[in-house]
Amino acid sequence: MTDAPLPATAKAREKGRWERFRESDFFYAFKRSPVALVSFGVVSVLVLSAIFAPLIAPTNPFDPASLDLMNGFTPPMEPNAFTGSSFLMGTDDQGRDVFSTILYGMRISLFVGAAAVLFAMVLGIVMGLISGYFGGWADTVIMRVADVQLTFPSILVAMLIFGIAKGVTPIEYRDQMAIWVLILAIGLSDWVQFARVVRGATLVEKNKDYVAAARLIGRSPWAIMTRHILPNALSPVLVIATISLALAIIAEATLSFLGVGAPPTQPSLGTLIRIGQGFLFSGEWWILFFPACTLLALALSVNMLGDWLRDALNPRLR
Amino acid sequence: MLAFIIRRIGQSILVLLIVGLVAFSMFRFVGDPIDNMLGQERTIEDVERLRSQLGLDQPFPVQYFRFLQGAAQGNFGVSYRQGRPVSEIIRERAPATLELAAVSGIFAIVFGIALGVMTAIRRNGVAANAIMATSLIGVSLPTFLIGILLIYLFSVELGWLPSFGRGETVRLGDWWTTGFLTESGLKALILPAITLGLYQMTLIMRLVRSEMLDVLRQDYIRFAHARGLKGRVINFRHALKNTMVPVVTVIGLQLGAIIAFAIITETVFQWPGVGLLFINAIQFVDIPVMAAYLMLISVMFVGINLIVDILYIFIDPRLRADRSGAH
Amino acid sequence: MTDPVLSIRDLCVEIPTRTGVVKPVDGVSYDIAKGEILGVVGESGAGKSMAGNAIIGLLNRPAHISGGEIWLNGHRIDTLKGDRVRRLRGKEIGMVFQDPLTSLNPLLSIGDQLAETMMTHLPISRAEAHNRAIAALKEVGIPGAAERIGSYPHEFSGGMRQRVVIALALCAEPSLVIADEPTTALDVSVQAQIISLLKQLCRERGTAIMLITHDMGVIAEAADRVAVMYAGRLAELGPVRDVLTQPQHPYTHGLMASTPLAAQKQRRLHQIPGAMPRLDQMPEGCAFHPRCPHAQEKCRHAPLPATATAGGRAACWFPLLAEAAQ
Repeated sequence: MTDAPLPATAKAREKGRWERFRESDFFYAFKRSPVALVSFGVVSVLVLSAIFAPLIAPTNPFDPASLDLMNGFTPPMEPNAFTGSSFLMGTDDQGRDVFSTILYGMRISLFVGAAAVLFAMVLGIVMGLISGYFGGWADTVIMRVADVQLTFPSILVAMLIFGIAKGVTPIEYRDQMAIWVLILAIGLSDWVQFARVVRGATLVEKNKDYVAAARLIGRSPWAIMTRHILPNALSPVLVIATISLALAIIAEATLSFLGVGAPPTQPSLGTLIRIGQGFLFSGEWWILFFPACTLLALALSVNMLGDWLRDALNPRLR
Repeated sequence: MLAFIIRRIGQSILVLLIVGLVAFSMFRFVGDPIDNMLGQERTIEDVERLRSQLGLDQPFPVQYFRFLQGAAQGNFGVSYRQGRPVSEIIRERAPATLELAAVSGIFAIVFGIALGVMTAIRRNGVAANAIMATSLIGVSLPTFLIGILLIYLFSVELGWLPSFGRGETVRLGDWWTTGFLTESGLKALILPAITLGLYQMTLIMRLVRSEMLDVLRQDYIRFAHARGLKGRVINFRHALKNTMVPVVTVIGLQLGAIIAFAIITETVFQWPGVGLLFINAIQFVDIPVMAAYLMLISVMFVGINLIVDILYIFIDPRLRADRSGAH
Repeated sequence: MTDPVLSIRDLCVEIPTRTGVVKPVDGVSYDIAKGEILGVVGESGAGKSMAGNAIIGLLNRPAHISGGEIWLNGHRIDTLKGDRVRRLRGKEIGMVFQDPLTSLNPLLSIGDQLAETMMTHLPISRAEAHNRAIAALKEVGIPGAAERIGSYPHEFSGGMRQRVVIALALCAEPSLVIADEPTTALDVSVQAQIISLLKQLCRERGTAIMLITHDMGVIAEAADRVAVMYAGRLAELGPVRDVLTQPQHPYTHGLMASTPLAAQKQRRLHQIPGAMPRLDQMPEGCAFHPRCPHAQEKCRHAPLPATATAGGRAACWFPLLAEAAQ
């Protein structure tokens, strides 16, 4: 009989984090998947150009001084008949550069989407931990509310919350608050999934011996929940967050398109499309086309990334 | 089995009571109903009269109970914006939404199931992969963009179909108006119905596919193969039936969702339905209309869920508890 | 052993993986005669089930037969395609799976499942299929067969369900039944009943059985001959009494010594040190040599003889028979 070989995990421990990541199945699958690579690339480009919009955009569309009404309705890549200026994606009725409005609009879309998901995630994790760890009436109340909410499509819930919040806000602040109301509405409409996953993981983990041991040595419930239980729920939470981000971006765009989201003074991609739809029949296609394509690219690539991530992290499918 | 149904009905009533509470709280606490109903010129007597007329001087539970009582009789108060009873406005607009939802729902279910089964059975085929790739785009595409795209193609470019409205309608009975009986009505229905149904169709298709693939991995399917049954029999008699158990619930939920998502489609196509009414109500903070819409849609959702639960019993013999056996 | 029902020669199954091709079944040959029960034993992953699935043509992709021949009643079947393989299943080869709880379709009554199987393979009417279904249930010992024909799988206990599964496997009168761990998922008290049922039905009909199990007790109880598999290869093949009482392969010896049945007199059960090699890390030479107490230089390098060496039943350079004779 020969000696048992060194266990693989011991070897892996000698290497750095990055190297271990590069050797992981996860990274291998990522490298091998064209869908993942392309969508990751598109998302990176879009997110970076949204972050650096003030540096990239030729004009600031919210600065009235930079606008010239004479530039209105300039088609893409053609010099304007009066001023001779040329615009990559043309201009809208007020002479705003469409490319710049898209960059700034994407900022708002991404900000609202990310903030809403973050809000939903934090709320969902806290609710999930509470209802899973403490159980009892807290669990009953939280899960009942979740069930009722889950009966309805989240976009409807978001609309309703938006409407209520709008009714509560004084009229003079409504436009200013719209972005935050939007985040609140989308976030509140989306916490349930996070809560369910975290609750499930909590129920599984809390009966394990190491949690009992931690409790015996007197660690606080909060410490046990965050240090011991939460890490076990992290990978599904990550997957849900990515998919939720795509959904939140679409939800934001939809609400703004319907006129119950970002106001025209702070237009997101959805607002831009709402504005552009008015010019669909009059021939100024670019005012609608470019924002729509941007939204499409953004939603599609985030969604595909989320889809791929779910398959890659779900051991059942491998 | 009877106990199961009764429990479900109990749960449904609980959901409706909670939703009713939300609707009532909206009505009561979001903005001041008195402010909204009376203009700037008003006397203290007017305010007091309306207050007692609306029952706002009563204790909260009594007000809630009265609200529910009114809602059960279809009385949701008066629209702040239009000054007409909400029930009247909704009745006027309900047929448009229901006809649109029905056509979209049938479209989504029929094509969703057919394509789902097809892509599951030929899961390595070229056509199936193409459909799956397209469907991912379909799920990612916001509904309103699909609508705009269809308008651009079929109304602006080709000029085949109308881009807004319901076309000519025919009055049936007391208050129902239908677009099914005129050519322009049917034409006007096509684009909105596809827009509204497409998302649910892709969803149903993807669900049917994944459930079916799951079922096809089960031991009893392997055993059916080992018994030498024909592929067709295994796919349709054995696999599809088992697939339908979870799918039926989702289809039920999707039917409800279609009515809710009609809000978006109706806005894109200016379809004179309840959804457009709701969006306008949100824009103008017309609380009674919002509350009424919420209550109505909840009743529909809960009703559909209940029907789905009962349907379950017919599909799955394991739920028919009255046939007792070794368990 | 004239005219075997099943005869496999040098059967190989391959699975291409990310890191290379693995061979879960590697050059296995044996026969099963009419009315004979061949027990196939080995640890999990030894390739017993994979061989069974290969015979009935139910390998899951990407696993596939990469070499060898399978003959059934004088016809070669490993080269058959599509519908012709399908016609064989159920009609010529029946199969019994491990878990009766998951083998039956929960949404169809057992009568329906029996009738559809018979109507697929036999030219009979629905009414006749119904009658035959009742008879088949009676035969496998389901009490009140006529009343229970419309019952659903969940209305039966585990042992009863396995009887239904056996009825399904036998209802078109196949000449071979592959029983893949038919008792593993059952209560111990029911196991013996199921084994004796299988045995009795096959004796009556002359059906050959390939009984795949890891349970030496089941083998001792039921099998006529036994094939011991290790890491995809045949380690030893012979009459059950000989193999159990005088194992020639060191692995069989270790297996017998670690089975409570054969080791009743010993205080402690014997353990074979180490574990079976992973399929992608197969050692050179004899697959068993890293665990073998008798391994010598030759075992580490020389490729094994495919089956028995001269003077023994075992695929081993140094069968234990020779050692005992010294």
